[in-house]
Amino acid sequence: MYKTDVRGKLIDGEKSLSQISQEILEPINGKTPKWWYAAMGISLAMFAWGAHSIYLTLTQGVGTWGVNNTVGWGWAIINFVWWIGIGHAGTAFSIFLLILRQKWRTAINRAAEAMTVVAVFAAALFPLMHMGRPWLFFFVFPYPNTRGPLWVNFNSPLFWDFVAISAYLLISASFWYFGMVPDFATIRDTTKSKIKKAVYGFFAFGWTGSSREWLRYEGLAFVLGGIAAVLVVSVHSIVSTDFAVSVEPGWHTTLFPPYFVVGAIFSGFAMVLTLVTLMKKLYKMGDFITENHVDAVCRVLVFVSLIMGTAYITEIFIAWYSGSEYEMFTFFKNRITGEYAMQFWAMFIFNAVVPQLFWSKKIRRNMWIVFTISILINIGMWFERFNIVVTSLSKNYLPANWASYSPTLVEIGFFIGTIGMFSAGVLLFFRYIPQIAISEVKMISKYNTQQTDHLKPGHHHDYE
Amino acid sequence: MKTYWRSIEELANPKELRRVEIREEAKQKSMLMKGDDQLSGSSRRDFLKTFGFSVAAASIIASCKRPIDKAIPYLVKPDEINPGTANYYASSYFDGNEYGSIIVKVRDGRPIKIEGNTLSSISQGGTSARIQASVLNLYDDARFKGPLKAGAEITWEKADEEIMAQLAGLKVEKGKVVLLSSTIISPSTREAIRIFTENQSNTEWIQYDPVSASGILLANQKSFGSAFIPDYRFDKAKVVVSFGADFLGTWLSTVEYTKGYTAARQLQDGKKEMLRHYQFEAGMTLSGSNADVRFPIKPSEEGAIVLALYNAIAAAKGGSVVSGVQSSVDIAELAKDLLENENNSIVISGSNDENIQLLVNGINQLLGNYGQTIGLDKPLLTKQGIDQNIDRLLADLKTGSVKALLVWGANPVYDYPQGKEFAAAIQKSALSVSFSERPDETTALCQYALPETNFLESWNDLEPKSGIYSLSQPTIAPIFNARAPQESLLKWAGAEQKHHDFIKNFWNKTQFPKQKEITDFRQFWNATLQNGVYETIQESKFSYSAEGIAQAATQIKSAVSGIEIALYETVALGNGKYANNPWLQELPDPVAKISWDNFAAVPVAYAEENGLKNEDVISVNGIELPVFIQPGQAKDAISVALGYGREIAGKVGNQTGTNLYPSVRTANGTRQYYLTSAKVEKIAGKIVELAISQTHYLMEGRPIARETSLNDYIKNPASGNELKAEHESKAVTLYEAPVYNGHHWGLAIDLNSCTGCGNCAIACQAENNVQVIGKEQVRNRRIMHWIRIDRYYSENPENPKVSFQPVMCQHCGNAPCENVCPVAATPHSEEGLNQMAYNRCVGTKYCINNCPYRVRRFNWFQYVKNDKFDYASNSDLGRMVLNPDVTVRSRGVVEKCSMCVQRIQEKKQLAKLEGRAIAEGEIKTACSQSCPANAIVFGDLENPESRISKLFKDQRNYHLLEELHTLPSVGYLTKVRNTNA
Repeated sequence: MYKTDVRGKLIDGEKSLSQISQEILEPINGKTPKWWYAAMGISLAMFAWGAHSIYLTLTQGVGTWGVNNTVGWGWAIINFVWWIGIGHAGTAFSIFLLILRQKWRTAINRAAEAMTVVAVFAAALFPLMHMGRPWLFFFVFPYPNTRGPLWVNFNSPLFWDFVAISAYLLISASFWYFGMVPDFATIRDTTKSKIKKAVYGFFAFGWTGSSREWLRYEGLAFVLGGIAAVLVVSVHSIVSTDFAVSVEPGWHTTLFPPYFVVGAIFSGFAMVLTLVTLMKKLYKMGDFITENHVDAVCRVLVFVSLIMGTAYITEIFIAWYSGSEYEMFTFFKNRITGEYAMQFWAMFIFNAVVPQLFWSKKIRRNMWIVFTISILINIGMWFERFNIVVTSLSKNYLPANWASYSPTLVEIGFFIGTIGMFSAGVLLFFRYIPQIAISEVKMISKYNTQQTDHLKPGHHHDYE
Repeated sequence: MKTYWRSIEELANPKELRRVEIREEAKQKSMLMKGDDQLSGSSRRDFLKTFGFSVAAASIIASCKRPIDKAIPYLVKPDEINPGTANYYASSYFDGNEYGSIIVKVRDGRPIKIEGNTLSSISQGGTSARIQASVLNLYDDARFKGPLKAGAEITWEKADEEIMAQLAGLKVEKGKVVLLSSTIISPSTREAIRIFTENQSNTEWIQYDPVSASGILLANQKSFGSAFIPDYRFDKAKVVVSFGADFLGTWLSTVEYTKGYTAARQLQDGKKEMLRHYQFEAGMTLSGSNADVRFPIKPSEEGAIVLALYNAIAAAKGGSVVSGVQSSVDIAELAKDLLENENNSIVISGSNDENIQLLVNGINQLLGNYGQTIGLDKPLLTKQGIDQNIDRLLADLKTGSVKALLVWGANPVYDYPQGKEFAAAIQKSALSVSFSERPDETTALCQYALPETNFLESWNDLEPKSGIYSLSQPTIAPIFNARAPQESLLKWAGAEQKHHDFIKNFWNKTQFPKQKEITDFRQFWNATLQNGVYETIQESKFSYSAEGIAQAATQIKSAVSGIEIALYETVALGNGKYANNPWLQELPDPVAKISWDNFAAVPVAYAEENGLKNEDVISVNGIELPVFIQPGQAKDAISVALGYGREIAGKVGNQTGTNLYPSVRTANGTRQYYLTSAKVEKIAGKIVELAISQTHYLMEGRPIARETSLNDYIKNPASGNELKAEHESKAVTLYEAPVYNGHHWGLAIDLNSCTGCGNCAIACQAENNVQVIGKEQVRNRRIMHWIRIDRYYSENPENPKVSFQPVMCQHCGNAPCENVCPVAATPHSEEGLNQMAYNRCVGTKYCINNCPYRVRRFNWFQYVKNDKFDYASNSDLGRMVLNPDVTVRSRGVVEKCSMCVQRIQEKKQLAKLEGRAIAEGEIKTACSQSCPANAIVFGDLENPESRISKLFKDQRNYHLLEELHTLPSVGYLTKVRNTNA
């Protein structure tokens, strides 16, 4: 039972249900603001650079990157893990907060899920392009064939990865899409444009809003949510096995699965925070995404940040405790000090120290600081992946092989391109899809006191 | 002004007329554009027809199979040639500098690989990197395609006619003809030259070595009355002292010396004695890095030290002490060690100073080494050039007294210190002919370029040491329109003969009568040809005289202060003759691990004092060179390699590095390969990138290349290897140990034998089609070599101990790479091989990351048939060297050492056909076959009697990173240093 007086209001202003629909649909029905075109233009330009980088990679080879025979994985894998981590937020939000009966999720989960889908697409590009022969990527599918049949290597974490990510993408996208069906119906029913009526009508699957439909809708959400809940944990656990299963010092760690899952949720929530602060600012969604929402996300972050800090320290402790000179070298001489100390400390400070500022309510309520910290966390999480991938590879067992790694313009362009792809996707989402789940927000509007459009003032349902 | 008009209309209204004309023209044009039916005759229907036809035609053409190029079978197949089966021919390599008796592997008419000939007492089955790479010189696009006159094509007949006319003229007027060649050790060629010089009066033959041994030759002239190089028998020595002679890397007969040296040092089968090696040198050479005791000295200090050693030994032996300058190094211990090993030591010097060599001779004589470890019966003949001769030639050329210059195998414009003067002087000779097989700086200035055949295309006989002969035979018909220079000389002398017949006749006259076993010359010839070598026993005919020692001692100068520059040949490129060979250019220097460049190797302390970093640029006497900080470099000594900076060598060799030959100075008539009081300045803000393939040189205290001292080893053979027992005791696993059926192939590498010379890397490259990737990619740490030699330093950076460790795929029984590949492209064979299925590999590079040894190589680009990698594999000719038994890898796949699986399969099939088991030692990998140090042993670990099984049971045996429980099939034997003097 949500206590408004304790947890704060979830919708500001006294809004009728139709007002809620109208205000949330404003970006779709209203005139597209000029900044949207500018932002879209920039995103597409970034994406074009990325496309050019992919073109160079495809035509010339992965040699156009900075990776070498010592550091076989570089920015591509860092970015892959980073995007997958970000892609965690949507599902984590929807599922975990649903399970935990957190009502405040309703204002944010749509955006978070949209972000997930776009981020996972961005992530999937990296393992594909970093292959030496991407045109043969289908070798990774376990399909019946005439070569024996020759199966994939079921022992390989990369194969698990492939399965986990495709499953995750499928479930997240379905979860997101089916959640939007009632809202598409709302648009269909309220829009005056014939085209929009037709298009949204098509995507609404003929939704009428009958009780039976709502029942099925809830049922489907429950089933998909159940699967997704498992996937949220499994995807990043499996991504972590890419590292944990290897023999590399700094990779060969049993801590990795939980550490990666928590890290993913951490970065995902930070990215959600970035997005919702933008939505509040740019689309004036402040009434739905109140300071209370932001506050709640910040409080989650402060807790997760503590787990991250613990994980970092545990890793270092175990490196020392193992007595393995290779582990100790990796952590003490190559991460904490040494060539990659800057990256290590950026990770540690941005992820484990800076979020501690969220203990202060003042900071949690200052949108500019919240926005800045959310960006810092994302940078910190990028450095975490850099630390894991590059420091372990560059200086491993035989010092004769030690090599440094720095990215080329092609790799940088590829990354920028996926950022462009992500922001273009998010902009399209802002423009064409209800940013907030209308139907779900309507459900919680009752928690606001004095609901004017209720038949009986002060009437109270005790649903949950 | 008058007005002209064309018509009445124009006169009446010129503007209106112009308007009408323009309108008419526009109308016509628009009719054309519109495609009006009547006008153009084409319609939409026509368009559709054409379009349909084009699409149909395109799809039919595209779906047609490409025409198949059929190989035409022999009508009458020669007996010994079977398509797909290799033939092996004994032959010999000599490039005017280095000799090797070789076996040439010929597949389908193409020589593709060179192996060592075990029948030779000189190379004993070993080769050097340069000999291994020489097969690629055959397929070099830069080679002349036919005879040229002033750069224009000419026929042999025409060239002969013109040259013979000129020579005839000179003969009449007694004009001087000079034949300038590299050292020639072929008896029949010497005979041909004799015939030519006899016929052509006033002819001089000058042999010229760019890096000469004049000092030794002249010293021996005084000590023994004959200019020769003695026969150093390192296998018999117990103490070796080398003053700046890199006898393992570049000095005289390196393969032979490496064979002997490692034989005297290896400690297998319970041997407890080993040779002790002292090295005095300025830069860190291959020999110095293998030495037990190394003294970094400036080149100018050498004379005084040799003198001090002479005096110390003379005093102990009761000989006469000669006076001279003071030594900067205390040699008392060394002298003691030498005196304890009388008759069993070798003292050598790489100096080209006759006086130093005289003293060295004196030391060896006092120690009784002559006739024992230093043979006088079989002098080495591979360097015969006396520096003064070419100096005289230059003077003669300048005065114009030389009327005809024939250049054969020499390139003085590039490698003679006064090359520029030589270039100008050549023009003064009325006739200039070069026999070079490829363009070079000297040939470019000669009127005629009459290309010689490559050594793999020609007959030859060689006498590398007195009484030791070997034959070369063609393994392919000449690819280009080339001719043996011997034929030219004979023809010009009026004694035209086929070169082959000439050699045979010569042998019939000279060698055949000397032996009694074979009575038929044809049988004798065939047997010799098959063996490749023919050795006779000779008597020593020299006696020592101490004459000149006292005089020499007074000539020794004391060391000078200031920076000194030591000039050296590199192990890969040598004197730079084959700078156009991409394999050699890409072979990392064994010590510096740099390829594609020469550089200034500066001492660590000097770099610190002057704020120098690697890749900074310094100017040395005005020559700009990139800096490389070299541990072990003597104080105030900078080393720079010769053999780089070729200007006319070919697409690969041109402009790589800087030519230092012009800096070589002459003193007492001999070339001195060092400079004193050099002016060195840092060029601020300038960087020259170096292709360094190993950037970290410390082992970080990890038990990687394990070592011990001889004393400890004698007390406990497992010393230095204690960790092995510990690791084995801790090895616990849930999984079953791998099981092998039949065979389990493995390699044992004796770190005590390996000198780090790099022969294996090139042998592997030739055998396994390993691609060259160029300077930039090597710098990006993407070198493709399947076997690399890791080099580590320990102890004092001013004079470190060096360890070499060849690392190739360890073929782990419990391979980390195998289980991480998502597409199962790298499975394990039943015989213990870790295999690569190239066509299955999608290139995730996960295996590269999970290999703790980092032996896997990725094809970052398409390295074959790619203009961006314009080396051997970018031309049809260059690709002829590819081994048809080994897949050429495409872009995007991982590759690595296969333990020469094609060789294993070949012998397995042979054994199966013959219905027998594979014999021990029958299979040899490319790296083990030609290793001059016998450091690599290949064999079957399942056979308890095999050599490798015995080595694996040796207490020195360990595996790299045993603690990871990867169970490698490659074992290493600890290095033992004989330092406790």
